[in-house]
Amino acid sequence: MHAFFASPNVDAALVASAIVAALTAAIGYFVVLRGLSFAGHAVTDIGLTGGAGAMLAGLSPLVGLIAFSVGAATAVGALGDRARERDVATGLVLALALGLGALFLHLQTTVANAQSTLLFGSVFDIAPALLRIVAAIAAVALLALALMYRPLLFSSVAPEAARSAGVPSRAIGFAFLIVMAVAVAETAQIVGVLIATALLVGPAATAMSLVREPLRGIALAMVLGILEMWLAIGLSFASFDWSHGTQSWPVSFFVAVVALAAYVASRAYAALRAT
Amino acid sequence: MPNLLDGLSHPWLQNAFCGAAIVAILAAVVGYFVVMRGASFATHALSQIGFAGAAGAVLLGIEPLIGLIAFSLAGALGLGALSTRTRSSDVPTALVLVCALGTGALFLALANSFGSDAMSFLFGTIVGVDRAQVAITFVAALGALALLASIARPLLFATVAPDAARAAGVRVGTLDLAFLGIIGLAAAITVPIVGALLVFALTIGPAAAASRLTARPGVAVALAVLFGLVAVALGVALAYETDWPVGFFIAAIAMLEYLGAGAYASRNSP
Repeated sequence: MHAFFASPNVDAALVASAIVAALTAAIGYFVVLRGLSFAGHAVTDIGLTGGAGAMLAGLSPLVGLIAFSVGAATAVGALGDRARERDVATGLVLALALGLGALFLHLQTTVANAQSTLLFGSVFDIAPALLRIVAAIAAVALLALALMYRPLLFSSVAPEAARSAGVPSRAIGFAFLIVMAVAVAETAQIVGVLIATALLVGPAATAMSLVREPLRGIALAMVLGILEMWLAIGLSFASFDWSHGTQSWPVSFFVAVVALAAYVASRAYAALRAT
Repeated sequence: MPNLLDGLSHPWLQNAFCGAAIVAILAAVVGYFVVMRGASFATHALSQIGFAGAAGAVLLGIEPLIGLIAFSLAGALGLGALSTRTRSSDVPTALVLVCALGTGALFLALANSFGSDAMSFLFGTIVGVDRAQVAITFVAALGALALLASIARPLLFATVAPDAARAAGVRVGTLDLAFLGIIGLAAAITVPIVGALLVFALTIGPAAAASRLTARPGVAVALAVLFGLVAVALGVALAYETDWPVGFFIAAIAMLEYLGAGAYASRNSP
């Protein structure tokens, strides 16, 4: 454990992953509330194709990630209004993006490495310059979320009432999709697409089964997100010793397992308390 | 540029067309129910969960297909167990999906074989299909279709009017689980032939396009099968002519079918 905190790579990983975990968990609260888990996952997956495409074009992957994520969020928002229609629209946009990903992979085989890095993440490999960009984007996204907080909550919980009270629900929903797209694109760049989905859905759903009040729920989700992320990094680091120093197990595996376990535990606890 | 008509005399291209056609029919029929039930996310998840099973089988040195089937069915059961009537199922779906993909990443890391057999389950290798595989797929697909046909009527009832079905004594919960199992089984059958990506596109696209054109279930299923067959025939032919991946063409054709059907439907409705 001593060596764990001595490494500058680990310090950067802990700070950057805490920032993205808190951001994603806060956004995730509304994702779960609005039943957008599939859209959220699809947007991150589609961002993966954008990241690969950007590398194919010789650009920074973050540019492609954000461009494709925001484009996907726009397409999902434009194609599907009703829940069932949105489900299908999300699926088709996702299938098309995955097809494009296969095409990029075919056009340049080096994209394969980039794709698996973006899919599974490379949290121990963060440049200090990237850390500042990450912090800045996270601050802007959280500010945007704070600005739209009240109408967004209203239109998520009681869409009909919000509409009749004059809340521009459609515009708010669209704006939220865009903020979500930017946030998950950034998270995917730091920790990979898999962890981005896990952090988007897991902590928020866990917090929601534990507390009802929205602001406390969001705060709890952010704390849970950071803790789950750090626990996973710690476990990944420790797993280096389990395998007698040959390799460490992937962080994405631990985040996914910890997030699912916390969610199942919170639902069991809530069910126990309800009886 | 290779000539498609000459190419048709090659057994591998015949196998690719036959395999893809079987997959297209099975996917389109299952897809009709997927679209009606809004189960796209579960379908996406179940077609990718198999990837983790295949990776695990590669690690253990056993046949990837066994791992694929085991994980697909276990994934379907897990989704069914975590979904309840009162809660939306998309949170458990997302978490089970990332867990399976994370486990797949772990297996790949342990096996030190990124980009190997297991990866081909994501993108598929339709041109590598042999005649024996086509025969196995055909029999398995018939079995899955027979299972689906045996529950089709109550499933449709439970999908369109769940409360009325429950009141009429239909066991909706059992049907939900059985349908998830059929999605898992269909994924396990079709993924080795065309890859997880294509299975997903072929399940959602043709069925969504068909359900925009007609409200009658029988007609919609027939149209979905037709659209699916058109998509694979065009997709495989275009891939053969251009050497670009078949997944890209089929996904793009599926999207065009959906958009085209939507445009046609909105032009013909007042």
